[in-house]
Amino acid sequence: MSGLPNYHALNVDAAKCIGCTHCMKSCPTEAIRVVNGLAVINRESCVDCGQCHRACPTHAFYVEQDDLAKIKSFKYRVILFPSVMIGQFPNKYNEDQIYDGLKKVGFTHVFEVEQPMQLLINSVKEYLANPGVPKPAISPYCPAVVRLIQSKYPSLVENLILRKAPHDLAAHYAINRLMQEGANREEIGLFYATPCIAKISSVKSPIGERESIVDGIINMNHLYNEVMKVITDGPVEDNSAQRENLSNEGVLWCLTRGESCNFGSRSIAIDGIHNVVRFLERLENEQIHGVDFLELRACDQSCAGGILLTGNRFMNVESLERRAKRYPYAKDIDKATIKVDTEELKKKLIIDSISPKPIYVFGKDRIKAIEKMNKAQHIVCFLPGIDCGACGAPNCQALADDMVNNKAKMSDCIFLQQKWENEGRISANKAFLNIQKKWGTDRFKADCKKRGQRNEGF
Amino acid sequence: MKLSFPIQGGDFTHAGHPSSEVKKVLKQLDIDVKTIKSIVIALYEAEVNVVAHAYRGTVDVEIDENKICILVSDEGPGIPDIELAMQPGYSTASKEVRDMGFGAGLGLPNIKKNTDELSIESEVGKGTTVKMLNYFS
Repeated sequence: MSGLPNYHALNVDAAKCIGCTHCMKSCPTEAIRVVNGLAVINRESCVDCGQCHRACPTHAFYVEQDDLAKIKSFKYRVILFPSVMIGQFPNKYNEDQIYDGLKKVGFTHVFEVEQPMQLLINSVKEYLANPGVPKPAISPYCPAVVRLIQSKYPSLVENLILRKAPHDLAAHYAINRLMQEGANREEIGLFYATPCIAKISSVKSPIGERESIVDGIINMNHLYNEVMKVITDGPVEDNSAQRENLSNEGVLWCLTRGESCNFGSRSIAIDGIHNVVRFLERLENEQIHGVDFLELRACDQSCAGGILLTGNRFMNVESLERRAKRYPYAKDIDKATIKVDTEELKKKLIIDSISPKPIYVFGKDRIKAIEKMNKAQHIVCFLPGIDCGACGAPNCQALADDMVNNKAKMSDCIFLQQKWENEGRISANKAFLNIQKKWGTDRFKADCKKRGQRNEGF
Repeated sequence: MKLSFPIQGGDFTHAGHPSSEVKKVLKQLDIDVKTIKSIVIALYEAEVNVVAHAYRGTVDVEIDENKICILVSDEGPGIPDIELAMQPGYSTASKEVRDMGFGAGLGLPNIKKNTDELSIESEVGKGTTVKMLNYFS
């Protein structure tokens, strides 16, 4: 895979993190450890699914974004966003009023990314019709799933469909449309409102591209709040021309089954990263037969459950389903409405290749790797096996693996420490210092604000 | 390194655990994905054979830098005619097992296809031992 190095937008705020292990326990790739009382993300194995962000009781995970003021340097300021954005707003606001709100925030053009959808549908169908395509073909729509497959299920990388996501389609479409209207490329600023962390990474370091087509990323919850400040439920100008390529399929695309219902004679849609992991495990063991198409999404209820959305995911789904009914089917939208060179757009939808990036390798030297694994297996015999996480690793096996990779010590296990103390092999004072080292010196101070004020989310 | 797993006859719900564990180890050793796939398919088929036909069994795995040797042994009815059992489509699986989507008579042929060396020893009324060997590239 060419392209930019893995970009990660997720960070831990040291002032808020209380090193409580919730994030570490929820991570599907075991990418988090607690060190000195703080959660630390291993960038190599993080797939940006956002489970940690969701699990954190103190909202210590934050997501980097570009400054909204950055848009001012462009003459044409385009906001691209998945249709799920619209689903969050209270029912009393109609689409034109939401579009108007986005313009008041400072954008000149408003583009929902799922248009013109028929182009992408056709492109994927063409790809699937190729007899050499490994089945089941897996949609690359959810970037967290793509990274999960690259790192944890490298043998399934060949099943990923080599087609881009709607935001790429829309970015190229928006550029073509505006240039037709007389804009110069450098006058156009493209900004993407993201519902999740994974999309940020995929827009900032896209698969198979040398550079990102988008000039900035705005977190959807931030944009939502900005729009809510200026939105009106009174009369606004008609913005429907900017949605003329939006279809029923387009509106539903970001929801569970939004994609899979269009492809294959036997297709399956799975949402929730841990469900996806369990399914991929079976798929990799060749225990799944006869399925043509897989839609896999990291978030429960797909993008409607994205971590940067406001409101309840089920309400968002309901709202979008109602909205979709008002839109025509993609195939019924007149080609003339697209107004740009569709052949050129189609070319932009193709990804050359996606390569595996395995993360669980114990080193290139196989003899040494086996040695390490034997050692880890031996260490596990002495660990309590209750996966308590008090060592700062998500489970006993992970601690053993960390030990043989020189990232942890036997004394990190509080059970072993207790045993050693009992056997007189280590002083009580030394054992206590060990725990303080792992969990921070403040950990044992009385703190009546642990529940409530300091940790709002409990 | 050595790994060992028990298999319970009739328990289709938990079939596949040994294959998943072995797969995890092979990934950590950076074994090429195609080789891993073959090993996992062969092991899963062998597991299902025990689950479908035998009372109980064990999977014993031994891995060194060049190869993986998997021994799947069971206490069960045994195979009266191994040559016949190796023919694709030949099956003695019960209707219940077939209704669950297993027992199509492709297990042993599939194991053969996915292993470098395969030997089967069986004693009717006692049990079967399947020895599978795969070399790493």
